[in-house]
Amino acid sequence: MLVELGHFALILAFFVAIVQTVVPLIGAQSGRRVLMDFAAPAALVQFVLVSFSFAALTYAFVLSDFSVKLVVENSHTLKPMLYKIAGVWGNHEGSMLLWILILALFGAAAAVYGGNLPSTLKARVIAIQGSIGVAFLAFTLFTSNPFTRLARPPMDGQDLNPLLQDPGLAFHPPFLYLGYVGLSMTFSFAVAALLEGRVDAAWGRWVRPWTLAAWVFLTIGIALGSWWAYYELGWGGFWFWDPVENASFMPWLFAAALLHSAIVVEKRETLKSWTILLAILAFGFSLIGTFLVRSGVITSVHAFANDPERGLFILMILGVFMGGALILFSLRAAAMEAKGVFALASRETALIINNILLAVAAFVVFIGTIWPLIAEAFWDRKLSVGPPFFDAAFTPFFTALAVILPIGAMMPWKRAKIGTALRKLLPSVILSVAILALIYVIQTGKSLLGPIGLSLGVWLVAGATQDILSKLGKTRDWSRLLRLPRADWGRLLAHGGLGITIAGIAGLTAWTIEDIRVMKIGESFEIAGYNLVLDNVSRKQGPNYITTMADISLFKDETKLATLHPEKRNYPVAQMPTTEAGIDSGFLRDVYVVIGDVQDGGGWAVRTYIKPLANWIWGGTIIMALGGLMSLTDRRYRVAAGARRAKRPLKGVPAE
Amino acid sequence: MRYFGLILAFICALPAYAVQPSEVLNDPVLEGRAREISKDLRCLVCRNENIDESNALLAQDLRILVRERLVAGDTDAEVIDFVVARYGEYVLLNPTVLGANRLLWIAGPVMLFTALGLVAVFIRRRQTEDALDELSDQEIKRLEKILKQ
Repeated sequence: MLVELGHFALILAFFVAIVQTVVPLIGAQSGRRVLMDFAAPAALVQFVLVSFSFAALTYAFVLSDFSVKLVVENSHTLKPMLYKIAGVWGNHEGSMLLWILILALFGAAAAVYGGNLPSTLKARVIAIQGSIGVAFLAFTLFTSNPFTRLARPPMDGQDLNPLLQDPGLAFHPPFLYLGYVGLSMTFSFAVAALLEGRVDAAWGRWVRPWTLAAWVFLTIGIALGSWWAYYELGWGGFWFWDPVENASFMPWLFAAALLHSAIVVEKRETLKSWTILLAILAFGFSLIGTFLVRSGVITSVHAFANDPERGLFILMILGVFMGGALILFSLRAAAMEAKGVFALASRETALIINNILLAVAAFVVFIGTIWPLIAEAFWDRKLSVGPPFFDAAFTPFFTALAVILPIGAMMPWKRAKIGTALRKLLPSVILSVAILALIYVIQTGKSLLGPIGLSLGVWLVAGATQDILSKLGKTRDWSRLLRLPRADWGRLLAHGGLGITIAGIAGLTAWTIEDIRVMKIGESFEIAGYNLVLDNVSRKQGPNYITTMADISLFKDETKLATLHPEKRNYPVAQMPTTEAGIDSGFLRDVYVVIGDVQDGGGWAVRTYIKPLANWIWGGTIIMALGGLMSLTDRRYRVAAGARRAKRPLKGVPAE
Repeated sequence: MRYFGLILAFICALPAYAVQPSEVLNDPVLEGRAREISKDLRCLVCRNENIDESNALLAQDLRILVRERLVAGDTDAEVIDFVVARYGEYVLLNPTVLGANRLLWIAGPVMLFTALGLVAVFIRRRQTEDALDELSDQEIKRLEKILKQ
């Protein structure tokens, strides 16, 4: 019954979303207040309905209601509760419902927190957000209904893919979707501004928090996925340039560009039309990612089931929203004249270069991802574009970005002297060059990747630190640091975090040490100064799996550091094995051990890696995301709240 | 989103094992070369994995084939040509710089320089429209007049 109610609520939400789209748009166009006021309540009602629908599906999963097809295909009674819930979005239909829920959540947030927006802009933003809701509700209801019942319910389910039964991956999709869908908000703001024909500093200030939030969520989501791949897939890779990874990386790059150009709109009232275009493209790439992943065009070379009907539907959504927005843009962009002027050497120019590099980097990822399709369609060539291409074609742009970043951040608005900025950064320059030389000499004969990456990391961290110290001016008043706007701290963390991530990636890629061998119980071996002893291998029973677990002792100079427990699990219901690496995490290195198959001559295959700076990759990403959060809580985004409070009539305080 | 892809992408790599101990060559130099070559060759039944990481049987066959060719004295290029001749261009993870692929390789730089050119024009134009904050001769005279008063 509840399942049917959930389905019904979703259908109702579809109609509410239509009202949310049509009525406020007519109202804003004709200036009728009554119609515009439909927007906010409609957005809230849609959110409540979709929440109910999502709760109904979750309930079916929690209860293991095996009359629902989706539950049968993705759940099992023995599965731990966390993964029963995560199973809701661990499949196409359920994840579409999560997508819609977040879409409605952002619409409702705009309705609640949009009090300081001009009424026509607010009505239009919520209406555009509603129209995206209409498209995806239709998609879900017509092609991917999660509430389909089975005529003959089985006794138990088929279990969720064991790879997904992992804490890292349980929370990976919600964060990623908050990011993707968060970009729908900036899209709605961009289209609403085009309809209004007006973009000013205030628009920049309204759009930036949404962009920041989307970017923070995307950052966390991508980091979680990458971390999961690192510890779960068994060879310690953290990024594979897989089309699905690229699908999340392109919107991230565009969101990063957008949140920088929105600053220029906010502070200097220039780059307006470019920022609008970026907002459209950022969400466009979210949709392209959805299309690439769910249509199966990219995977079609492989025999996995995919659904052309769904692909076509998403392609239509993409065409309507991108086509419509871009046509509107070409008609209206000319009306958005820039106000602020600036010299060639200025922070504005630095931010433009940041935008170009990020956009070109995203474009390179895009063309590499779809090139196999193009080559097959036009030249009948079946070819692959893999990590070697992306490493070679993407890295130079990002390196250039990292080199320019601290200098740009030091430059004042309007007019700057590069020489002055460089002179201020001299300590950072010296430090990073010294690191470059030092590491180059120490490592002798290995690739330049390690020294350059670490030097860039130092350059970014030192540059960001000098940037915030320069706010002290000539005074030595350290308490001033605490009174700096949070956006300044956000910048320090985001840029410093990027440096840490770059250093981590370079260290891991350049200096990983690997060892493969057959080990019998009691045997030991040495790798990079560490001693590993295989103490025992035992079979154990987990809640819904059987595991072969090894106990491996890790020694350094006769001191025992840890006992690692790499596992090989087998999930009998899903009939799939997984590996759990045994990892000793450290600040400077991870020791990463995987146990393999029993060998014919006795013993087990054991693969060991020393992964330098591994944790820096995700540590840096989390610091970046924290930086975003700091900026998000900056006072200037809360002034609206303050203004509302100040409006209350002040009661006179009697003089004493 | 990434999610489904990941399932597909790694489905053939699941038991975590790629290169087996028995496959490893005794000569560390040859083995090192084999590993490098393997990183550029695609496992044909997996989605986006090189044969070094893949656990599929076909990938294992390819790894052994690569090592056999190396032991027989082939250069790296000869080994790759040998594999491409049998499995086609599709096996290369690093796309060639031949024919239409040139477009793929130059796309990024071309876009970068186009964008830089456009920006240069944009900034130049904005500078001539307003002479920034520098005062014109007339304004300087007016300013001096005001200051003298």
